[in-house]
Amino acid sequence: MALNGGPTGRVEITDLGIAFGSADRRVEAIRRFTLMTTPGEFVALLGPSGCGKTTVLNAVAGFVQPTVGRVVVDGEAVTQPGADRGMVFQQHSLFPWKTVLANVEFGLKMRGIGPKERTSQARAYLNLVGLAGFERAYPAELSGGMQQRVGIARVLVNRPCVMLMDEPFGALDAQTRLAMQELLLGVWREVRTTVLFVTHDIDEAIFLADRVAVMTARPGQIRDLMPVKLTRPRPAEVIATPEFMALKARVLAQVREESGRAWIEPRL
Amino acid sequence: MATLVGAPATLASAAVSARVASWRRPALRSLSIGLFLLAWHVATWWDLDFYVRFQNIPSPGDVLAEAMELFASPGFYVHILASLERIWLGFAIATVLGVGLGLLIGRFRFAEDTLFPPIELFRPIPAVAWVPISIMLWPTERSSIVFITTLGAFFPIVLNTIHGVEGIDRQLVRAATSLGAGRAAIFREVVLPGALPSIVTGLSVGMGVSWICLISAEMISGQFGVGYFTWVAYGIVKYPQIVVGMLTIGVLGMLSSALIRWVGARCMPWLPRREKAGA
Repeated sequence: MALNGGPTGRVEITDLGIAFGSADRRVEAIRRFTLMTTPGEFVALLGPSGCGKTTVLNAVAGFVQPTVGRVVVDGEAVTQPGADRGMVFQQHSLFPWKTVLANVEFGLKMRGIGPKERTSQARAYLNLVGLAGFERAYPAELSGGMQQRVGIARVLVNRPCVMLMDEPFGALDAQTRLAMQELLLGVWREVRTTVLFVTHDIDEAIFLADRVAVMTARPGQIRDLMPVKLTRPRPAEVIATPEFMALKARVLAQVREESGRAWIEPRL
Repeated sequence: MATLVGAPATLASAAVSARVASWRRPALRSLSIGLFLLAWHVATWWDLDFYVRFQNIPSPGDVLAEAMELFASPGFYVHILASLERIWLGFAIATVLGVGLGLLIGRFRFAEDTLFPPIELFRPIPAVAWVPISIMLWPTERSSIVFITTLGAFFPIVLNTIHGVEGIDRQLVRAATSLGAGRAAIFREVVLPGALPSIVTGLSVGMGVSWICLISAEMISGQFGVGYFTWVAYGIVKYPQIVVGMLTIGVLGMLSSALIRWVGARCMPWLPRREKAGA
């Protein structure tokens, strides 16, 4: 079956500010964060821990509401979570009581699609992530990498405008992480959706993305937005090329500076 | 050469030790029960009296003879059925109330503020202490005993259900909403199955407590039931019947707990079967 039509997903984040807590203990996570993506673009968000990367994703997902500014996806302001903005979490987010197939079918079931149609679509996406034959397994029976592949299939089956990925490979070992990055690029070539990918792994960000956004220390905003001019498809060896190295050096310098800053208490 | 000769021997001895291992634990367990029965027999045979007195305690043989007689007559089954009916009714009512209220309290703050305080207030009172009030409250002996049984099972069920609902991983709820689930779907697809292991634990504990309450209530006020039977046996000096009554209670309690566990495992196929190795 055909997996998807043309690319969708224009994400417009404008002057986003998010603060948590009450007035006297207010923590500003994000300040004046602005980012526009073109449909079908792969953008990596990179930054020191605690800089609010995940908060940006949560705002696009609709899990948290902006204090100021706005998030618009395909012309519609985000007010609540929805299947058009599926999220792949770092780990343990599959429904343990559902089989692999039922996990992937979940979004289709929520849309009221009949069981037969659900199953055939879910199977197609399981094939896409290389998990044909594991339909009846429960998540606890799968390895971490396989669980993340189910998580990706479960989001993509809804044909979202944007797939939000919150350090999806952060809990995997280095070997598996590499394999998953290549798999993700393969899948993304088939199902061309916009991807917002949060990571603190510089290699991962450059290897995957069209553009890498480096965030400042908290309150997070975009410090620099760098296009990655490596041709696709990208073989794993691309990380040893001079172009890759040059970009990595540039990103690394910025990230290190921001990490250093993250340890200094901001003056109030 | 030595390895060539040694290898099959090692394999064979490994197989033998595996066979021995598979026999050893059941054998040990049977031996343990056997030793207990022997000690009991010896104590009653010699009418041991060392502060603890065995003169009036029936021997295992007496108990076995009494049991054979009782189980051959229809009279004893009336008591068993009366107890089983009360347990079943009380437990069913407690399950409906406990799970229902627990889900509400765990899910909605308003329900927690309005329903939970009285539960917390009444929980520390042992169900047996309710017997006098229960006799006054309920028109029949049967309904008052069922009430006590319900009360005993209710608290563990409601508390474990609340605990289960409150322990649901927030990330799973978020995942569900970002896949298009609304409030009703989250309740059905995430909260209910997520709380199920804890609910089953509550049912299992509740079943045990409801047996304790049932037997106590039957001993205090009743005309039927295994608890009544056991107490009356003491009154009419039929000592072997006491022990038959006790053992019957034990076996029925064990079987009903096993039933809960079996149904629970059936409802939750995603939980790994518990490995007993070394346990």
